[in-house]
Amino acid sequence: MQQAATLPLGAPMDAKPHRTASPGRFGDTVFSAACHAAGGFVLLLLGGIIVELFIGGLPAFRAFGLPFIWSTEWDPVTEVFGAGVSIYGTIVTAVLAILLAVPVAFGVAFYLTELSPPWLRRPVGTAVELLAAVPSIIYGMWGFFLIAPIMGQYVQPAVIDTIGELPLIGELFQGPPFGTGIFTAALILAIMILPFIAATMRDVFEQVPPVFKESAYGLGCTTWEVMRGVVLPYTRISVVGGIMLGLGRALGETMAVTFVIGNANRISTSLFGPGNTIASVVALEFGESEMGSLKLSALLALGFILFVLSFIVLAASRFLLRSRLKA
Amino acid sequence: MSATTMQPLGPVKDQAVAAALGRRRKATDRLVRLLSFAATGIGLIFLASILVTLFFKGFGAMNPSVFTEVTKPPGSEGGLLNAIVGSLIQVALATAIGTPIGMLVGTFLAEYAKGSSFGNVVRFVSDILLSAPSILIGLFVYQLLVLPFGGFSGWAGVAALTIIIIPIVVRTTEDMLTLIPNTLREAVIGLGSPKWKMIVTICWRSAISGIITGILLGIARIAGETAPLLFTSLGNNAWTTDLTGPMPSLPITIYSYAGSPFQDWIELAWAGALLITLAVLLLNILARSVLGRSK
Repeated sequence: MQQAATLPLGAPMDAKPHRTASPGRFGDTVFSAACHAAGGFVLLLLGGIIVELFIGGLPAFRAFGLPFIWSTEWDPVTEVFGAGVSIYGTIVTAVLAILLAVPVAFGVAFYLTELSPPWLRRPVGTAVELLAAVPSIIYGMWGFFLIAPIMGQYVQPAVIDTIGELPLIGELFQGPPFGTGIFTAALILAIMILPFIAATMRDVFEQVPPVFKESAYGLGCTTWEVMRGVVLPYTRISVVGGIMLGLGRALGETMAVTFVIGNANRISTSLFGPGNTIASVVALEFGESEMGSLKLSALLALGFILFVLSFIVLAASRFLLRSRLKA
Repeated sequence: MSATTMQPLGPVKDQAVAAALGRRRKATDRLVRLLSFAATGIGLIFLASILVTLFFKGFGAMNPSVFTEVTKPPGSEGGLLNAIVGSLIQVALATAIGTPIGMLVGTFLAEYAKGSSFGNVVRFVSDILLSAPSILIGLFVYQLLVLPFGGFSGWAGVAALTIIIIPIVVRTTEDMLTLIPNTLREAVIGLGSPKWKMIVTICWRSAISGIITGILLGIARIAGETAPLLFTSLGNNAWTTDLTGPMPSLPITIYSYAGSPFQDWIELAWAGALLITLAVLLLNILARSVLGRSK
């Protein structure tokens, strides 16, 4: 549209004396070049991140080869490093966080779009969005000083005594109640990503044409039946996209996780056991690594792996959410 | 839904069955409503719990020396002055550098690259950067600016925060420019204005409240960022405004103090946490009111 509007305009101007046309043309050239350069700069940034992380991690990839990805060893003394434990921790906490957050986020979005009285919609929506604005380090402190003790004193002992006694599932809920650990980290992560998922769900639910919902109501459907039978099928793909967005956030979350995960380099069968994630290892061990050491390179290699993981998830999320915009 | 259509059509003798079905459907509906209400309550309780904890612990530790003294060893009465100033400097510089770049990229996407494949790639990459783990941006700047120049520096911190704020400004700028009707553009072009003038004087001006919202949200986001500063500006316990050396910042100080075994340091961390949360939430509310007024 715009192209079509500008082009025919430029042609007759060329024929005229350059008095009015040329300053505009010069300004156009400069401004357009600046905009294009800025666009290119963003590409350079992402390219730079990938390349720099890979170059930094190269010595570690060279030293340990492909097994670096699943090796569970992490010994700074003998300089043997593996990413297995932290990749496991990253994925387990993120997936667990999604499992905890999605039902609640759905509830919030359902409430905000269908149930809430109109005057309450904005304040509640804003409050949930503010939850997303709280800095990660605040979640970390809150989790460490408030949630972890509650988990350690009340929740975990109770769960260990009941569910922990069951065969098979019980394995996941055993061990001493530290308060910190994989499960607490996942819980904090779930609270942190809840507003992102809820906001995406609310936005896509609102995009369902009212006619569809009204026809379902006209047939006598209850609110829940309209949600399940009309809204959810209509928005299915975008909802998954929103969940992936939350997953992408959860994978790379650093400060909050570092506070509450317990930071131990081992894979425990119990979800209450301590662990670590890629981001928490990088944040904690970085200060103790010398410039140019193999350990630093291993940390950068971890960063590269995290980047690949979150890139895949975020790209998938964007792809899924984009199909909504076009539809 | 098929059950729904059956109800009115069903023969008279099925009325008991239909009534039971209706009761079950209503009960399910009530249950889901209740759960959804509870879910919203849970979300709000978490927010309230965070705020209440912060207020109790933060106000207890708040006193004038927090704003007048620099960070000191445990035992002596210290404050957060250097951390607050360090944060302000780094955030202000990152905003000053990141905003024009972000606006140009957003303008590029909305005015120059609609539908072009280069534009789509830039949009995709910017969205990835928006959600990319901030710790990786810290690692990147470490590799780019800290290693080659031989040390941690405030400028490196500024660079990391700049990279984080750019995609936020890009997103809102593009969204706001896209909302402007094309007829307005055509009218301006029709008056003989060059394109850059149309963008700067008409499009930017129409979108300004939205763009300011984006900038405020961006500031709120980078003010609380901790992870990327760990490897760039590192933190510093002394008073400094020298951007070429390690520089203190509020989040980093909170991080190191909260994890320390000293009670007075932990209290200072709470005071800092309250400060930063208040600032971030106020910026968010301010941003919303700016946008709300223009609508």
